[in-house]
Amino acid sequence: MSEVRTLQIDGKDVAARSDETILCAAEENEIHIPTLCHLEGLSDVGACRLCVVEVEGTPKLMAACTTTVEEGMKVTTTSERLVAYRRRAIEMLFVERNHICAVCVANNNCELQAHARNVGLDHFELPLMHPALPVDASHERFVMDHNRCILCTRCVRVCDEVEQAHTWDVAGRGTGARIVSDLGMPWGSSTTCTSCGKCVQVCPTGALFEKGRSISEPKARRPYLPYLVRVKERER
Amino acid sequence: MSEIIIEPVTRIEGHAKIAVSVGADGEVTDARFSVTQVRGFERIAVGRPLHEMPSFMARICGICPTSHLLASAKACDEVLGVSPPLAARQLRRVMNLAQIVQSHALHFFHLSSPDLLLGFDSDPGARNIAGVAARAPELARDGIALRKFGQQIIEKLGGKRIHPAWVVPGGVSAPLSTEQRDTILATVPDAHARAARTLDWFKKNLASWAEEAAHFGSFPSLYMGLVHHDSGNAAYSEGRLRMVDENGRRLLDDVDPRPYWEYLGEAVEPFSYLKSPYYKALGYPAGIYRVGPLARLNVIDHLGSPAADAELAEYRLRLGRFPNGSFHYHWARLIELLHCIDTIGAILSGPGILDEDVRAHAAVNNREGVGVSEAPRGTLFHHYRVDKDGIVQWVNLVIATGHNNLAMNRSVLQVAQHYIKGDQVREGALNRVEAVIRAYDPCLSCSTHAIGQMPLVLDVFGPGGELLRRVSRSAEQ
Repeated sequence: MSEVRTLQIDGKDVAARSDETILCAAEENEIHIPTLCHLEGLSDVGACRLCVVEVEGTPKLMAACTTTVEEGMKVTTTSERLVAYRRRAIEMLFVERNHICAVCVANNNCELQAHARNVGLDHFELPLMHPALPVDASHERFVMDHNRCILCTRCVRVCDEVEQAHTWDVAGRGTGARIVSDLGMPWGSSTTCTSCGKCVQVCPTGALFEKGRSISEPKARRPYLPYLVRVKERER
Repeated sequence: MSEIIIEPVTRIEGHAKIAVSVGADGEVTDARFSVTQVRGFERIAVGRPLHEMPSFMARICGICPTSHLLASAKACDEVLGVSPPLAARQLRRVMNLAQIVQSHALHFFHLSSPDLLLGFDSDPGARNIAGVAARAPELARDGIALRKFGQQIIEKLGGKRIHPAWVVPGGVSAPLSTEQRDTILATVPDAHARAARTLDWFKKNLASWAEEAAHFGSFPSLYMGLVHHDSGNAAYSEGRLRMVDENGRRLLDDVDPRPYWEYLGEAVEPFSYLKSPYYKALGYPAGIYRVGPLARLNVIDHLGSPAADAELAEYRLRLGRFPNGSFHYHWARLIELLHCIDTIGAILSGPGILDEDVRAHAAVNNREGVGVSEAPRGTLFHHYRVDKDGIVQWVNLVIATGHNNLAMNRSVLQVAQHYIKGDQVREGALNRVEAVIRAYDPCLSCSTHAIGQMPLVLDVFGPGGELLRRVSRSAEQ
């Protein structure tokens, strides 16, 4: 049974349930915290580090999406330090893979690009890593381009939690981590994939896309996820 | 023997240098046009999905992205095994013609008119578009307006003037609206008037360039271009290949342009990154041929629009049926400019152009595809091989400027022999050596698949290979 907690976010007194995250409490009070790996309807993993906030009493930055509220907490969502940290996190996502917006299917429809624009990221201070990465086009309808993957794991979570196929997972560690289908088989030979396309729908960048989609061509975004989650909850 | 190096060559698209060798008697013995940049698009594309190719290949160039977009999309159509709906093909044609208008306008007015209007021997500091604007503001205004006309059509159709993503494998991504069509059509008469006025100006002054016309790459060669095979009209987007010799004998006629390797060879010279294609049947380097405006007007029977055909008749009357001087690229370019403007008007006034069915969808049905179209500078080939999933495995691009490589080399030699004597190089002579290259309107960024602008050094080497004199010029001029 959850209880009520009172805390301060950016100096504003707010109340939240004891099982809610800082992100959730902030959103309920119309305080905007940038997010990327978070998607309503899916569990949170704190992978992208964009939603980091400062909590009084701890020198560590906390991911708002995975930190539950506590009584008397004092949270700051915007500061010079946080802005610099978020900007650097976005820059790291870019330099780690090969993101060429001009020739990307998601150009102008990309959450990573939108975040970069919001923080004014117009050049990189960190050296580009230029990894040689494959494109898996073995699936009949979809393509996975690892060059554009930011390892947010939305695809992994939607496949596991909503479609319950668990085709996707993460293999490797650090910069060597890759999204894999089944046990590293080509996507087209996956025996678990139902070709539902939910992973393609939730991908924030151009890493997962419909075959035949051309550069800058907007994908049909269907706000179906909250409905599916509600249906699933009702079944339980 | 001494050597003169012109590096960089200015007012062309890309990086190049010219080396002129002078013998002990002061006579020019050899001249070479070297392209000094390489970009490697054929390699970068490997491993990418087929549907990215048109927009990706468009990045080869900022001047003629649309030409690459179209040739690439056609190659993709073939890999998919689809024929785009008629409206899509017509819309692609309009965009291609608009591209030719803007590129021809850019070349004639911004790059070449300084030589023509101000003189080849004029002060190099003022020999540029600003100098043209000061001397003949009307001419400069026409140039800017014509380029704008072409660029705005591209923007209206594709949403963007440079690198539009609207041309896609299977057709185009959005149909034309009535409003778009009417806006474009309203601009056609003004563009026509400006092009016609420029043609009149050029013809009036033709006699004053007689010496240049006689020595600027004036030699017999073969000519190649796409021709509409029923009518013999010019074909810029879809046509059959024709190659004629200097007397008009057809070496190739009504030929499918796609298996280009059957009749074109590609030689590589150690001094240049630009390949030297040649007509296979005649071998290398005897199979020298030219493409682009001069060649197109030589291979076609007619253009297919009344005003431009009248201009073509006059052109042929004054220069002969198969003019062989590269200086005449300028005139040919202006006639094409007029033809393209009128053809845009004709296509957009035609039925079915507003049809909403503009895209064919398919999976990969062929492992290989070749797309051919006429770019402003000549015939453009894109050739791709893909795997079963549509991932590009191999790319070959034969670029318009490349076809002219042998001819450009020969033209440089001819101009150098006429204008350069010994190591006393006049600036006007230097400029004429450059200007002959400029007449071809080469796009080296495209042809070596490179980035950049043209700076220029001319070195004169003595008989022992020692540097006698260096004339250099910075990129700004």
